[in-house]
This record gives sequence, structure tokens and C-alpha cells, in this order.
Amino acid sequence: MKKVLILGSGPLKIGQAGEFDYSGSQALKALKEEGIKTVLVNANIATIQTSKELADKIYFLPVDPYFITEVIKKEKPDGIFLSFGGQTALNCGLELEKNGTFKKYGVQILGTPAKSIEVTEDRELFAKELGLIEVKVPRGGFARNLNQAMDLAKKIGFPLMIRSGFSLGGLGSTVVENMTDFKKSAEVALKNAPASTLVRGEPQIAVEEYLKHWKEIEYEVVRDKNGFKIAVCNMENFDPLGIHTGESIVVAPSQTLNNYQYQFLRKISLKVIEQLKIVGECNIQFALNPESNDYRVIEVNARLSRSSALASKATGYPLAYIAAKLALGKNITELKNSVTKTTSAFFEPALDYIVLKMPRWDLQKFEGSVSKIGSEMKSVGEVMAIGRSFPEVLQKAVRMLETGQDGLLEAESRKLKAESFLTPHTKRLFAIAQSFSTGGTVDEIYKSTGIDKWFLYQVEEIAKFENELREKKLTKDKKTIKRAKQLGFSDKLLAICFGITEKEVRVLRKNLGILPVVKQIDTLAGEFPSETNYLYLTYHGKESEGQSDKDSKSGKAIILGSGTYRIGSSVEFDWGCVTAAATLREKKFETIIINCNPETVSTDFDNADKLYFEELSLERVEDIYEIEKNAKLVLGFGGQVPNNLALKAHKLGMKILGTSPESIDQAENRKKFSALLDKLKIRQPEWASLESISQTLQFVRHVGFPVLVRPSYVLSGAAMNVAYSNAQLKQYLEEAGEISSDYPVVISKFIINAKEIEIDGVAQNGQLILYAISEHIENAGVHSGDATLVLPPQRLYLETIRQIKSATKKIVKKLNITGPFNIQFMAKDNNVLVIELNLRSSRSFPFVSKVTNINFAKKAMLAMLDEDISGDYETLELDYVAVKAPQFSFNRIKGADPRLRVEMSSTGEVGVFGEDLEEAYLKAMLATGWIWPRKNVFISIGGDENKLEFLESARKLGKLGLNIFATDKTSKFLTENGVKNTRVNKISENAKNSVLDLIRDGVVELAINISDSKVNHKGSKDGFLIRRNCIDYSIPLITNLQSAILLSSSLSSKKITDLQIKSWHEYLVK
Amino acid sequence: MLTHSPKADKLTKIWAEIYEPGEQFEYLNTSSIHPGGGFFLKNMAKLNAKHQARLILKDGTEYEGESFGADINSSGEVVFNTGMAGYPESLTDPSYFGQILVLTYPIIGNYGVPPREFFESRKIWVKGLIVQNYIDKPSHFESLKTLGAWLKEEGIPAISGIDTRALTLKLRYHGVMLGEIRSTKHETRNKSKIENSNGQKSFELQNPKFGFNLFDPNSENVLTFVSRKTVEVYGEGKKTIVLIDCGDKENIIRSFVKRKVKVIVVPWDLNPLKDPPAGGFDGVMVSNGPGDPKLAKETIKNIKELLNKNVPTFGICLGSQLLALASGADTYKLKFGHRGQNQPVLDVLNNELKLSTNKALITSQNHGFAVNTKTLKPGWVEWFKNLNDGTNEGIRHKHKPFMSIQFHPEASPGPVDADYLFDEFLNYL
Repeated sequence: MKKVLILGSGPLKIGQAGEFDYSGSQALKALKEEGIKTVLVNANIATIQTSKELADKIYFLPVDPYFITEVIKKEKPDGIFLSFGGQTALNCGLELEKNGTFKKYGVQILGTPAKSIEVTEDRELFAKELGLIEVKVPRGGFARNLNQAMDLAKKIGFPLMIRSGFSLGGLGSTVVENMTDFKKSAEVALKNAPASTLVRGEPQIAVEEYLKHWKEIEYEVVRDKNGFKIAVCNMENFDPLGIHTGESIVVAPSQTLNNYQYQFLRKISLKVIEQLKIVGECNIQFALNPESNDYRVIEVNARLSRSSALASKATGYPLAYIAAKLALGKNITELKNSVTKTTSAFFEPALDYIVLKMPRWDLQKFEGSVSKIGSEMKSVGEVMAIGRSFPEVLQKAVRMLETGQDGLLEAESRKLKAESFLTPHTKRLFAIAQSFSTGGTVDEIYKSTGIDKWFLYQVEEIAKFENELREKKLTKDKKTIKRAKQLGFSDKLLAICFGITEKEVRVLRKNLGILPVVKQIDTLAGEFPSETNYLYLTYHGKESEGQSDKDSKSGKAIILGSGTYRIGSSVEFDWGCVTAAATLREKKFETIIINCNPETVSTDFDNADKLYFEELSLERVEDIYEIEKNAKLVLGFGGQVPNNLALKAHKLGMKILGTSPESIDQAENRKKFSALLDKLKIRQPEWASLESISQTLQFVRHVGFPVLVRPSYVLSGAAMNVAYSNAQLKQYLEEAGEISSDYPVVISKFIINAKEIEIDGVAQNGQLILYAISEHIENAGVHSGDATLVLPPQRLYLETIRQIKSATKKIVKKLNITGPFNIQFMAKDNNVLVIELNLRSSRSFPFVSKVTNINFAKKAMLAMLDEDISGDYETLELDYVAVKAPQFSFNRIKGADPRLRVEMSSTGEVGVFGEDLEEAYLKAMLATGWIWPRKNVFISIGGDENKLEFLESARKLGKLGLNIFATDKTSKFLTENGVKNTRVNKISENAKNSVLDLIRDGVVELAINISDSKVNHKGSKDGFLIRRNCIDYSIPLITNLQSAILLSSSLSSKKITDLQIKSWHEYLVK
Repeated sequence: MLTHSPKADKLTKIWAEIYEPGEQFEYLNTSSIHPGGGFFLKNMAKLNAKHQARLILKDGTEYEGESFGADINSSGEVVFNTGMAGYPESLTDPSYFGQILVLTYPIIGNYGVPPREFFESRKIWVKGLIVQNYIDKPSHFESLKTLGAWLKEEGIPAISGIDTRALTLKLRYHGVMLGEIRSTKHETRNKSKIENSNGQKSFELQNPKFGFNLFDPNSENVLTFVSRKTVEVYGEGKKTIVLIDCGDKENIIRSFVKRKVKVIVVPWDLNPLKDPPAGGFDGVMVSNGPGDPKLAKETIKNIKELLNKNVPTFGICLGSQLLALASGADTYKLKFGHRGQNQPVLDVLNNELKLSTNKALITSQNHGFAVNTKTLKPGWVEWFKNLNDGTNEGIRHKHKPFMSIQFHPEASPGPVDADYLFDEFLNYL
């Protein structure tokens, strides 16, 4: 084995996120150690795995059968890894196995054989295979069409669970109670089976008994080629079956299983992987009857998964690394435990702590979404808390989510109706706590939720204690404070309850000797000494570990990570932190990372000298700062979370590297920043912070419509909106609920048809050293995180670039910036306006770094260390064009309107290279899950201007021989202008042969739906239904005019064979 | 029936003196009475009182926490176990006789106490239990009572709120240590004595009234305390094995019975050749048990005879050490032993022997002594080896039907991967 191809998971989406950057990175490390050349295909440019240090060759290309075949032809690898890139890599690999590509080119699938994977992916084969070894699976059957499904439903009886094969994150699985709902859901599920993975040419769904309130337990198991097997970790879901494990709080190890149950499920797990001949890692999910020892195996994932990433972090056992070694044919008994470095990797970690994972949802970012959760995954990120009691980890996790919730009875949760815990939703935990604080009992809550009483007793304990605290029934004595801290309460919450400041609580607490201690994760519960500093803090203990007296030469630095992934902050910030850590270590700094996100590479314990798997709260950062002594904080790479701490940490006397916290405050504070721009004579859109409706109307009369409305207090739903009329403005203000001096609304002039431009840069002592300018494809009005970026810019005037540079230099100088920064500009007719400044590494840092081949994060870190980073950096004159495009996960968020808006809603991104913009754009679109349209497209354009602007593009599409379908007005317009098209009925016309039929029958391969934002911010009902159905029936959809135009011109100028198969390296070499 | 030893009756009186006149006692099953033990008295009035308690190690280190077990003092060898589930099984494992058990998993009591069939013997054997957090509100469909209530019923002291990780690291660093659990109540009573001893911190001085030192389970033959005193018969089958009870875990019996083998359990010092059961027997199993194997002279002598007569013999844990000693090999004490459910072992037996293929297993372990492989006599070979520290995990005779393993194929608690070894032994019969 000399060269191995590794498939990445592509852009982050709901159900497939950062965990695959972690697993791919570990696999690359493992291969490198064996001296094997690695070729990685992954279009996700923000990942750590797509770094030169990890892979020998990187292709920023879509992971799909076409491109992978091309890469195989070119690279001629000996073997391929399919288990490290999530469902995307697995599906792609399976198809290439089926169509004989691997055989043809002599590529060996390493690790678990394809046949085993197929068995785990096809529910029918799966049930059969497990039947052979007498392992129970849920009662049920398989249906290939609606009639079969309904027959099954009648046979098994309700409630039922519908699942579709190849279900990434449980997509298309639903619990239904009656035939009407059943029909609806079955139809969608049948439709959702991706065309590439049909079973014998037909979609397949499973209709199963719904095991109401059974416990959900998972095992992570490992097997080598000899059949040596271990169960590395087991986990228990807080929620019973029916809630996707990605949507549930999960603890490790299991808490409510006795030895017998733990061991018999373990035994079955090992039996299953033996039967499936897994080589590597595998996840097995069980349902366990809480009233007996009856069980079902509900799912087997024959690949690295979100759960395996969690298990790795929970135990310290590097599952992906070990799985890679085993796939290469190593015996597990010859590998070493990576934490102790002396004992065997063939062992099962003994935890002497409890770990709790909690999901983070961002449903409020999606217009029209509901907060109900179930068997499909909707969460966008997660946190993991480590501690020594359940209340401690539960409360840590609640804070780690950064939703503003502190404690279980926050004001917001007081508003939750007591009975609202009956149905599962994103705030059910708080509704349950609320119920306890008002006299609810464990028995009644258990009855309605099925959450094991073990968990409920402890939630009750926390809630009751918090209630006593809040009602001031407790005094601030040692006993109370100690108990509060052991129950996981923050100083901040205690401060509110005691009516003193957080600082006073801290002083009082320290005087009373109530301090957290540092404990080490060593995989063996203390039985053997450990070489690594994988640490957490707890109030259940007396003695700290992991502290050495040896001082490193250069000093100590603490990097703050980005915490949970959420919309607007994900793997790109982890890349920054990992890069910063590597840079610090290169410079011989003792490097410490604080982060709490189990999906990250930064929380691999070998990226820093010390890893604190901890909260990024001010309290915890100060704890660690005090424990570590003489360290300096690095806040510039973890995104907004660490940035928000800058001023507070500074005021507490903590030392911070880079740009001064006062400058950061000047950038973050809207008023201060605005004043600064005025002073520097840099233009900005007119804006005001207003405290009443009348003030608002007056301001809008002055600047004129449209305006961008940003209320500071939002009850629910979208926060930001563009208003084109008085009526719209009034509507938004009403939705905001309250406007006052406490909750002002920020209104700014919205400029139509303006371009958006970003500059990412590194400065040192007020000098601009390095920068990259990217332009957006979409006009202003689309959030920069949802926009498509082009680097180097292709359509900017030189004058615009000159103005941008000049404004940037002024700002850099004035704020005396040292380190990373990002400025967003708007440009119209050579007028450049500043929208925003971020005095930190930005979302686009990895993109610009990899495109320009200059590591901006590394330079920024060096700048902060006062190293000389001056040089001649070329970022404008490149021989290629790179495009960064967003990945959306609207299919996960039922009911959400998939339009691009000023609020960000994308969950991931790709970054690809091309000879020109068109090539790069097409690659980018394909990498985000697009299908190249060959026959039929649907077009519906709102607004006359939009129609006119799109006309030329429609012509191009027609010339390609595509059949164009269009609704009423669009059809008329196209016909009048000589573009041949077929008129289809609108949905509201209630006729047959409507656009809905086109979508549902899969006739169209692309839908372009541009709405006229001036008419109604919610769009017409028809527009919404078209968009939503496109998402639900997996039809590629474009909702932005500029994107649609670029796509049309790209399609008309390229064939798929024009898209070049070139590695990153090949682009960079001149 | 079980008999009382005269020594134990004497101690009962000593212990009775500690209590205030007028306090009510209840005598528990006295079969477990032993020096250093205090668990034969139960003060009903104090069952539910919560109070501070301390663990004091021989080197003087103190750990303070809250009592959730019986309100008494107790001493023994302090050991730690890294298993995450299975406290009812561990507590009733006679191999823990004379030991204070520290559980490294920090949340204990979660699923309460199950019915008797989950136990490994008739009672709790540990001298005390040390945990980080005790759960008094268990949840499990098989739970009959809380762990605390059970410990109190059986007269076993227990402390929660101890930094069990710090304690474990200490034991790892220094090796297992003797120690004592002391409840605040009894401490007060002894306080004057401590002061009288000019501040000297020796345990002997702190416990003058006990009339004995900290109890060390390795200082004498302790099998007499844990072994059955009479012969018992379990199961039915064509084959019969004699199980020498050195403190056996009941799952060993269950493992044979479910394989349709008749099991005759005999006391530790019974010689099956001299005193054979009616109907004879096909093989002998030497059970697990507590203490230093070298002190079980009687049993070693009996095994020697069995080996000489070529009787198929299988030793587990202490049984393995006894078999090794009987074969002429030596044993030694480990620094802090192996106690957990995640111990990796490798079958290192030569393939040429065609006795088994190389295998790697995750095993359940609970031992403080090990066989020294360097001292194996001709004909004997190392069978299993620990993958973490290389210590011996089993020996086997090349040609004769003798096999022994240091870990627990009967599991309970722990992984059941080694269950096949019972079959391997039965192949000899």
C-alpha cells in the first residue's frame, strides 16, 4: 500500500458536520506515520484536514462518483478510505464499488468491506443478516411504494416509525400516529431516497414498530482483521427512543444500566461486528425496554460518525486514528494507547468522570421553522461537558451552548408553559425544570416524557435548589455556595440571586476556599500514569493534576476556541485555532487550548500542550488563567465568542495578545465604530439606534426606503429584515414586540444593487501587512455567510479596490491593529461604504489562506507574538479563480423558507478552484450537492426588473436545449421575448398539472425562483410552496438573481468534462 | 449450618464495649466476623442519620466525606476498582474480603440494589465503600432498595464526597495501603485516647480500645472466613466437578450449571481425593478468593495431590495462584493489583501446542497477587499475558489437563468474552 485516497465529507450540513474533519485528520495522521502517500478529496476548504501538513495531495472537488473516478484515473491510488467522510463518502464509495470502478482501476477498499457497509445501509439486508445471529431488530417491514407501506402499517399497527435507507442523520424518518400522517410521511420518505442509492432501482423505506419510551443506548465498537474486538464506549440518551441521537442530550458512560444490561448489550455489539466483519470502527444503536431486558438493534453505522467523534473525546480513545491503522491491516494489540503512550490500545477506557453532550439548535434563524424535535436531526452543533456529577455536567453544557441560558430557570424558560414538556422541543429540558419548580413530580413527568427517572430526579434537585436561590431562601454561606457549585451553578447566577456582583461572588467563594480542581482524562481511571494533559475542571474534588512547574522558554498562551458550531461559526474558526496552536508551539510557547466542542480537531489532545475541555465563559477562563499563572490569552481565532470576552477579561487584568481590547470594543460597539468612521472620513450607510416607533418613522422619512431593520429584542423568528415600505416596516417592528431604551431598534439605509466586498487581513502595530479582497456574487442583502465569494475579485473596478485599501489602512492605523481582522464593504458606482469590522479572524480566513497560499492565521499569530512578518504578498494577481459557496440544510428544517435573506442560514461552505469564474462556480455548485440539469428547468421570477435582468440567461438555458417550464407571468414574459417555454399552473390555481406536480414527479432538475422582495417579505404563498417543495423533493433551487445569472452563463459555457481535475498544488505552482 | 469461631465471639464483646450503654444492637450474620471487622453490629436507631466520616490511610492521609452506609468504624486494605458498572456484584465478591473498596467511577448507586440472583455470594464482603458521589434516588425496574440502605442493613460503612481520583492516584503511586473508615461519632469517643498519646499519629495508638492493629487481609490465611463450611451441590449433568471454595463467586457455579455440569462445592481445605463426593468427580475447579495465596497451605497441598494424580484442574484468580504454587512456581504481590473490567490479555500460548489459537480478550479482574512466570516448572507455560504491564494472566501445562487464569471468565461484573474458557476446561473431562 503506497498511496491511499481518502474521501472527505464535503461541506458541513446538518447531520454531517465537523466530526468528519476530526476523523479525516486523524486518518491522515495515521497514514502519514506509516509512510503512505495520501490523496484527499474534499471541497470543504475551511477544514483542518485540507492542510498541507496533513495530506500529500488535496483536491478541492465534489465527493461524487464522477469526480472521484476522475481523481482515481489520475492519481492511481492503491487503496481507498470510505469510512472517514460520513455518509457522503460512504454513498459515493458504494456506488463506485457497484459500478466496478474500483475493480477496474485496482483500488482496494481499506477497512470494512463494501459488502458489510451495504448490509448496514440497506434495512432489509440488515434485518436478515442480524436474524442469522439471532439478534433482534425492530418489528416491521420494507416498502417500495405507498401501497406496500400502507399494507405494512395496517399489519403492524400505530404508532409507527418510518425510516428511509441511507438516511443521513435520520432524514426522512418520522413517528406517525395515524394513517393520514402516515401517507404523507411515507410519500416524502420514498421520495427522499437519493437516486444514486436506490435498492434494485427502487426507493425503499422501512415501516417499523415504534418502541415508545424505550431507552436509547449506543456502543462504539472496534474490530481488527483478526477479529479482536473492543467496546470503546457506551452512551445513553437522555431522551427515549424517537428523538434522534443528534437531537438528544447524551451521557457517557450509560448511567441507568446495571452490569448485566451493560454487558449483554456489549456482547451483542461484538457479535454484530463479528458477523459484519467490520475492520475499524462501528456504531451500534440499541433500544432497551426500561421495564425488562428486551432490546432491539435499531441501527449500525459501519463508519466513523458523530457519535464516534463524541466517544473519542469522551474517552480519550482516538477512534478514527485507530480505525485507520486497523484498515491498513494492523493488529489492534500491537498499537499503543495514545494517552498513556505505554499501555495497549487493546483495552476499553474506564471513565472516572461523566460526559454530557447537548445539541445546539438555531431554528430561529429559519423563517417558518418549528421548534418541535423528533427522529430527524435539526441541530447545527453540540457541546460536551465533563465533570463528576450529572448536575455539574448538565449545567456546564447549558452554558456552553451560548444561548444566554444560565441555570435551568432563566426568565425565558419561565415563560414556557408547564405542560409544554409533553411534546419534545428544543427547550424541553427547561420546561421540565420549570415544572419541577412549580410542584411537578418525577412520576408525572416520567409518564409523559419517558425520560428515565434517574435523570429527572437530578433535574428536579437542580430546579428546586435554583428556585430556592432565586427566591432568596438561601444565604451566602459556605454550605450553600459549595452545594451550588457542585450542582453546577455559575457565579453569575449566584450573583443575581444574592444581589451582588459576579466579582463579589468570586471573591467570597475564594475566601471560603471553594475552588474548582483540575482533573485529567487518562483513559484508565488513574490506573496508569498518563503522558497527555487532557483536562477538565470540577467542584467534586480536592486535588488538582496536570500542573507542572516547568516553565517553557517563551511563556504560556491560552487559545480560546469557538465553542459549539452554530450558524455563522463553525469549522473555519477551528482551523484558525489549530493553526494558531501549531504556530505557538513552533515558537516554543507552552500552548493551552480551551474549547468544549467535541466535533473539532482543536479538542484533540495532541494539538496543544494542554487541552482544557471547558466552558468559554468569563468565569471559567478566569479560573484557568489563575491556575495557569503568567499566561496570555489568544482571542482572535475562535470567532465571536472569545472576542466578546476581550474587554471583560482585560478589565479583570488578564493579559491579551494582539489588538488591544479597547480597540476591539471600538469595533464591536456600533456607536463607537460609527463615530470612528466619521472621524476618519470613511463613508458608511446612514444608521440610527432608535428607541420608539415615532423616532423610527422619522428617521426612515429622512433616509428613505428601503431600510435594514435590526431589533435588539426579538420574541421569535428572524431578527433582521429589509423593509421596502411603511407597511413592511410596521410589520417588522410589531414582530419585534418591544422597542424602548432597553431594547432599541437599529435602522440603517439599505442600498439596492450594491456589491459587497470583504477584506481579510493581518496587521501589526497599526500597519497593514497582508490582505485579500473577495467579492460577493450576490448583491448586498444576502448575509455574507450565505454569499458566494470570489477570489481574486473578477468584476471590481480598480478604483473600488483602491478605495477599499485606503479605508482599510486608515482603520488599521487608527485602531493600532495587531493580528487578524476582516472588514465588509458595500460598493455602488465606485462609492465604497464600510458595513462592519471584525477585529478577529473571520469566516473566510481559511478560504483566503488556501487560495492565496499564504496562511493568514499563522501570520496573524506571529504578528501577535511580535515576530517579523513583513513581506511581499501577492493576493490579487492569481492565475486561477476560487469560489467559496454556501451549503444549506433547508431539507432538515421542515417548514422553513429557503430564501436567501439578511439573516444567515447556511450551515457550511465549499471552496474550489478553476481556470475562470464559471468553472469554479460550477464545481462549487456541484460540491454543494447539485445535479447538472440535462432536460428540464423551472423558472419563476417575481418583479419586472428581475424578469428583464434574467432574460438573457433564460435564452442561454433555452439554447442549451433545456425545456423551460414557467408559471403564468414569467411564461408570458418569456414567450413575448421569444424564449420557448411551457406554462404550468400555479399552485393557487388549484388545477392539475401544476408546478407542484412537476416538482413531486421529479420532472425538473433545477428550479429558479426569484421573489420580488418589495412585495411582501414573506413572499407569496405560491413562491413559498414552490421553494419548500423543491427542498422536500431534493430539487436544486436558486433564489438569488445574480446567482441564477452566473449559473446560466456557466452552464452555457462549460460541459462537465471542461471541469479540470487539478490538485491544489497544481493550481499553486506557476 | 455455619459455625461461630471462638475468636469472633470474643471480638463481639470488644465491639460491644464501644457503644454507649443502652444503645440497641442487632446481631447480624456472624459468619463474617473477623478482626478489624465491625459489621456484625447494627444500631437500628442510627440507620438514617447522615454524618461526616473519614477515611484515614496508614500514612496518615485523611479524606473527609459523608457517611451513607453503616455508622461504624472499619479497617482493611484500601484498593481501587475502575469498573463503571457492577457495584452489587463487586460488593458481594468474597475476593474483596478485608478490603476497603474505592470505586473510581464517580457516580454510584444509580440503579439501586437488585434481587439476590445478581449477587456473587450471600453478603457484602468489603470492609467499606468509598465513592465520589452517592445516588440515593436510584432508578431501575429491578431495584429493590437503595445502595445506602443495603450497606446499612449489612453493617458496611461507606463514604461519599471523597476525591476518589486523588485517592486512586495515591494508591497507584504508593501501592495499596491499609486504612480505616471512621465515623465522627466514634472518633469523639476515641479522642481522649488520641490526646493521651502525645499527639502521636500511629493507628495503633488511635485505636487502643480495639485491641488490634489495622486489619491486613494478607497477614494470615483468610479463606477460613469466606469459604463455605459444608459441602453444597448444584446442578445436574453427566460430568461432575468439585469446586474448591476459596471465596467463590457464584457465577462460576452458574457458568458450569448452565453447561449441564454438576458442581459440588467444598470448603477450602477439603481434599477431594481423600474425601471424595459420592459418585466421584471428573475435574476440579479452584475458585477465586481473597488474600495472599501462600497462606492457603492446606489448599496448595491438596492441589499438589490432584496434579500428581493427573486430575483435570482449573484455577481462577486466587485459584490460579494456588495452582501455580502447587506446581512449584512462585507468586508475588503486585503494587496495586488489577481491579477493573477493561484489562486486556493476550493468549500467548504457542500455536504448536494446538491447544488454542492466539486470542486477545478484554477481561474482568480483581487480584493483588500474580504468578511469577520465570519460576514456572518444566512442562508449564505462560498462557495469557496482560497487554498493559506484561504480568502473567494464566498458565497451562503442555501435556496435562491443568489450566489456570488470573482473570475472571465468569465476569459479573465485567465483560463476558472469556466465557469460552469454561468450555475449554470441560474438554478435558
